[in-house]
Amino acid sequence: MRRRRETGVPAPLLVPAAVAVAFLVLPLAGLLVRTPWADLPAQLAEPAVGQALRLSLVSATLATGVSLLLGVPLAWVLARSRARGRSVLRALVTVPLVLPPVVGGVALFLVLGRQGIVGRWLDEAFGVTIPFTTTAVVIAETFVAMPFLVISVEGALRAADTRFEDAAATLGADRWTTFRRVTLPLVAPGVAAGAVLCWARALGEFGATITFAGNFPGTTQTMPLAVYLELQSDPPAAIVLSVLLLAVSLGTLLLLRDRWLTRSGAAA
Amino acid sequence: MMERVPLALAAALLLSLAACGGGSGGEDAAAGPSTDPAGEELTGTLTVFAAASLTDVFTELGERLEQENPGLSVQFSFAGSSALATQITQGAPADVFASANPPQMAVVADAGLAAGDPEVVTTNVLEIAVPAGNPAGVSGLADFAREDLALALCAAEVPCGAASQQVFEAAGVDAAPDTLEEDVRAALTKVELGEVDAALVYASDVAAAGDAVEGIAFPEAEDAVNDYPIAVLAGAPNPAAAEAFVELVASGAGQQALADAGFRAP
Repeated sequence: MRRRRETGVPAPLLVPAAVAVAFLVLPLAGLLVRTPWADLPAQLAEPAVGQALRLSLVSATLATGVSLLLGVPLAWVLARSRARGRSVLRALVTVPLVLPPVVGGVALFLVLGRQGIVGRWLDEAFGVTIPFTTTAVVIAETFVAMPFLVISVEGALRAADTRFEDAAATLGADRWTTFRRVTLPLVAPGVAAGAVLCWARALGEFGATITFAGNFPGTTQTMPLAVYLELQSDPPAAIVLSVLLLAVSLGTLLLLRDRWLTRSGAAA
Repeated sequence: MMERVPLALAAALLLSLAACGGGSGGEDAAAGPSTDPAGEELTGTLTVFAAASLTDVFTELGERLEQENPGLSVQFSFAGSSALATQITQGAPADVFASANPPQMAVVADAGLAAGDPEVVTTNVLEIAVPAGNPAGVSGLADFAREDLALALCAAEVPCGAASQQVFEAAGVDAAPDTLEEDVRAALTKVELGEVDAALVYASDVAAAGDAVEGIAFPEAEDAVNDYPIAVLAGAPNPAAAEAFVELVASGAGQQALADAGFRAP
């Protein structure tokens, strides 16, 4: 029964869908065709490559963690609160989506840089400077990636049935308990999808990172930065690095999907 | 600041050239972008791919050429030389390529894409760029070994980084940079914002940066004088205008504009 329904794709959808697949997959195929596979082991053995890959994974994961911690509450405020100016707030929050990342990096300097509004005070009071550190990488990635999470979670919250929350409230649960025990489990698939989007965006982040965090192997040089610089001197090596980043990110996403997304997706 | 000619523009350019029906081959194609055999008037579109450090001078020279030839439109794509060389070998429709170093010009020439021998039109030397007022009191190349300063260098993969490495090796200075920038303008931006105490960039970049940045010349810079070769490209859609532009750069007026912008004669 289920299978029959899946095969009956209407023709008007089939053709554009096929074009979309070709459009999205062909560049990837091009990359794979041009990959000098013989160079792959040598590149993998390169300590700088492992370093960049590790830094990418760690910083993207931290950025996703920060985004979850701050973004889910923000999504709740946008979806549920009756505060005035919510639409203005939503527009402001999604600014990083439309801002060219390099501009985002400069903007971060103006706030958190040594001469920035907050950064100057941090430097004077605590001797802490953020630019050119791994912290700066996480901040740049969070800035660019968090809106993806906020939008996903807000959408899930709007689509969720609020009667469950009402029922919980009737049964005596306070708002915080309702949020934890009812709302959050209800929108878990949306949170998971948002977190995956956020992580993927953070992993590929280039412009804001190279501007605000700079590029130094081991501290701030993530894979996209390594790929870009390798492209300047050794394009085949850059392709190998791109394929490696792709393989690791796809592998991670597939693993998560099997363990986590499909189960919650089936429940939804 | 880090503007590049967007892809859409390049595509539009391609389309407009295709619409002209000619290529560089059609001498008798009246609609094609070419010189009138009798006169000197240049028409059509001239596309110049030039190293980012040439942005200000070439924009000025391009405007001059446009004024002399009202039918001519000069388009620039300014980016890192290696990125431009890659674009040209991948078939980007350019008329002229000006590289900030000979190896990237060699990439294009070795692919058989340069018409004639590339010619060195100007040179550039490194200079220390510091924020206005030099807050960290940087005085020479040796300060780049100081761990307590925030320092930016170009990455070794790009020309200014290769030159920096050469200078440090010759001077025996063990540099301690905090960031290796993807191009010279990015390094300069961090000086302008006051986020680094010093960066090693080209003298021309310091000249272009205005009051926010001060330059400190240092004797070791003579170890890495950077040649800028220029060439008309073999597949140039508008070879006549390309020749005229290269001549203008080499002329007295062109050299004066380069000198004003901090470059040195070859």
